[in-house]
Amino acid sequence: MTIASDDPRVAAAAAPPPAPPPGPPVRRRRRLTRNRWGYAYVAPFFVLFACFSLYPFLYTAWISLHEVRLSDIDGAEFVGLGNYSALLQNEFFWNAARNTLTIGVLSTVPQLAMALGLAHLLNYKLRGRTFYRVAMLMPYATSIAAATLVFAQLFGHDYGLINTLLEAVGFDRVDWESGTWTSQFAISVIVIWRWTGYNALIYLAAMQAIPGDLYEAATLDGASRWQQFLHVTIPALKPTILFTIVVSTIGAVQLFGEPLLFSGNGMTSGGVSNQYQTLGLLMYDQGWTNFHLGQAAATAWAMFLIILVVVGGYALLARRRARAER
Amino acid sequence: MTVPPRRRVALGAALVATLMAAGCGGSGSDDGTITLDLGLFGTFGFEEAGLYDEYMELHPEIRIEEESVERSADYYRALQTRLAAGSGLADIQGIEIGFVADVAANHADAFVDFAARDNADEVLGHYYDWKVEGATTSDGRVVGLGTDAGPEAMCFRRDLFEQAGLPTDREQLAQLWSTWDGYLELGRQYDASPTKPEGSAFLDSPASVFSAAVYQGQTAYDDEDGNPIPESSDGVATAWQHASAAAGEGMTANLIQFGDEWNSAFANGAFATISCPAWMLGYITGQAGDEGEGVWDVAPLPGGAGNWGGSWLGVTESSEHQEEAIALVEWLTAPEQQVRMFTEEAHFPSSQQAAEDPAVATATSDYFSGAPVGQIFGESAAALRFTPIGPYDTQIQEAFTNALSTVAEGTSPDDAFQAALDEIDQVVGG
Repeated sequence: MTIASDDPRVAAAAAPPPAPPPGPPVRRRRRLTRNRWGYAYVAPFFVLFACFSLYPFLYTAWISLHEVRLSDIDGAEFVGLGNYSALLQNEFFWNAARNTLTIGVLSTVPQLAMALGLAHLLNYKLRGRTFYRVAMLMPYATSIAAATLVFAQLFGHDYGLINTLLEAVGFDRVDWESGTWTSQFAISVIVIWRWTGYNALIYLAAMQAIPGDLYEAATLDGASRWQQFLHVTIPALKPTILFTIVVSTIGAVQLFGEPLLFSGNGMTSGGVSNQYQTLGLLMYDQGWTNFHLGQAAATAWAMFLIILVVVGGYALLARRRARAER
Repeated sequence: MTVPPRRRVALGAALVATLMAAGCGGSGSDDGTITLDLGLFGTFGFEEAGLYDEYMELHPEIRIEEESVERSADYYRALQTRLAAGSGLADIQGIEIGFVADVAANHADAFVDFAARDNADEVLGHYYDWKVEGATTSDGRVVGLGTDAGPEAMCFRRDLFEQAGLPTDREQLAQLWSTWDGYLELGRQYDASPTKPEGSAFLDSPASVFSAAVYQGQTAYDDEDGNPIPESSDGVATAWQHASAAAGEGMTANLIQFGDEWNSAFANGAFATISCPAWMLGYITGQAGDEGEGVWDVAPLPGGAGNWGGSWLGVTESSEHQEEAIALVEWLTAPEQQVRMFTEEAHFPSSQQAAEDPAVATATSDYFSGAPVGQIFGESAAALRFTPIGPYDTQIQEAFTNALSTVAEGTSPDDAFQAALDEIDQVVGG
């Protein structure tokens, strides 16, 4: 760590320095100039952040207060919170919100449960452990587009492999794409397939940090493997589990690529009766099929607020539990 | 390696400068050649037909570069963004029928007006009137020159018709399905036939009827001024009546057009008829493959002439080489080249002069059982009238065809129609 190279005192301070005493302004300015290389080095990130995250973020908020079409962007008309109140009365928004919720639950819950189980299995000493661990990450490394196109074909009505198999064992063909539950199930399967391995690896890493003597003590007390999993592993993983829940929830609210590509012909309506249109897809539909940028921006902000509320809720819950345990 | 701080700044600045220079590269022409960019979508086919090479041979000082996006919807998004930003436009931009009304209404300023040029009579005179009207603004500007058109016919499978005991003679069929009622009646016969191949439907999707029939009305989706009138248009009402009957009676395979299953269905014989614009013949050939040769045939469209698709080429006002770009567009869309685009790429001309050329008018297709495609599509094109178009036609049509799919799944036609109107309100309304 030689960020401020020409100042030996700062360079030596590997540990965080004590809070700076409130000095006169002259001193502060000197400190700023002395640390200028530090600022220079972090600047690229913040400049890029400002250009590509902060500015679009604020501009989206500004756009969401206007009635504006892409063909006539200079003719934007200020409507205040009109887009938001229209959104709340829009049945398409509520339909998308419902779909996002059901697909989110259908995909996140089994995904995390399976990831936990897989991580537990991989934590044992197995032959070819590295192979399994790498294999688990493969779906995550596959592009969403490629995976979704393959799954969409598997779930095809007339020529899909899954229906062929169903028929072979005596069931009727299922029209996966046109049904509400069936299509949402199929999309959840894609999400589960893609993210289970990733979450399993995160759990595995956390499991390996659990001290072995906890398990030894549990064994001495006569705890079975299952009891060890329930009473040692799970409690120790709590912060990790919360982390994966938060990340998966954010991913679920933003779900977009899978439902967009699932139809196979690029339609943005999420099925002929919007049966699998998620909030992300609705936003795209409003913005880039209907070219109502104001509406789309309002939907984007609504998604952001939903994520904030849900994640805030988790944090509150976690803090309350932690306090209760103390 | 220790680099003094000051030197590091210099290095950084040099790096940034290099990146910026690389990012903002212009079309430099050191050797006096002029590069013309074309921004297109789908398969215009000029390159495949060898027209660029020929033009560059005729004009050694010109270099032509084409950038093509596969889906016209994606292309339109990018084009709109560039028009809104006022930068990044190519010298020549393709314009499709789905968004030509938007370009004419909102972005006419960004394109060269072909009607205002000295040779306007010559370059516009050889077209079908409806083709020029499509690219004409309310104050008479013409934003582009037409390339191909999509006059429609009805494609059918001879083998499936034969098995179901239906006539296979295209002239007899043209009589039987001179109206959509006649067509649906044949569909009922097909469905009731005990000998038809199991699992095959009479038509691919209700969209096949709807998208073809809607343009046979006095109005389709819009009034004269381009304002959407989906509730009161006679074209919509008739098309909906026929298409929802086909969907409700289970006559269709209910496939989503251009989806994966639809693509596979061509080769698998899942449906016996599909309404086919001229460009669809190439699509069918590609999807059905060699095994489809001699199996498919073409007959005139029920209910009269119809058009689906077609494009224009516009020259942007921002082009640095406007005169050269205009010359290229005029050459590419001239009757002689449109004839070649038909004989080599099967793109039907939007130029009446080209369509009446013997090489087009007497053309037959071996793949489609020797059908006189030049004559069938030519008669359809000649009988077309201009139907007003609007900026939201693509979205409105998708709303209706989606709703028709739900009719095939059991929704009542009235509920589905209301659902389509709600969806359209999302597009058109505030």
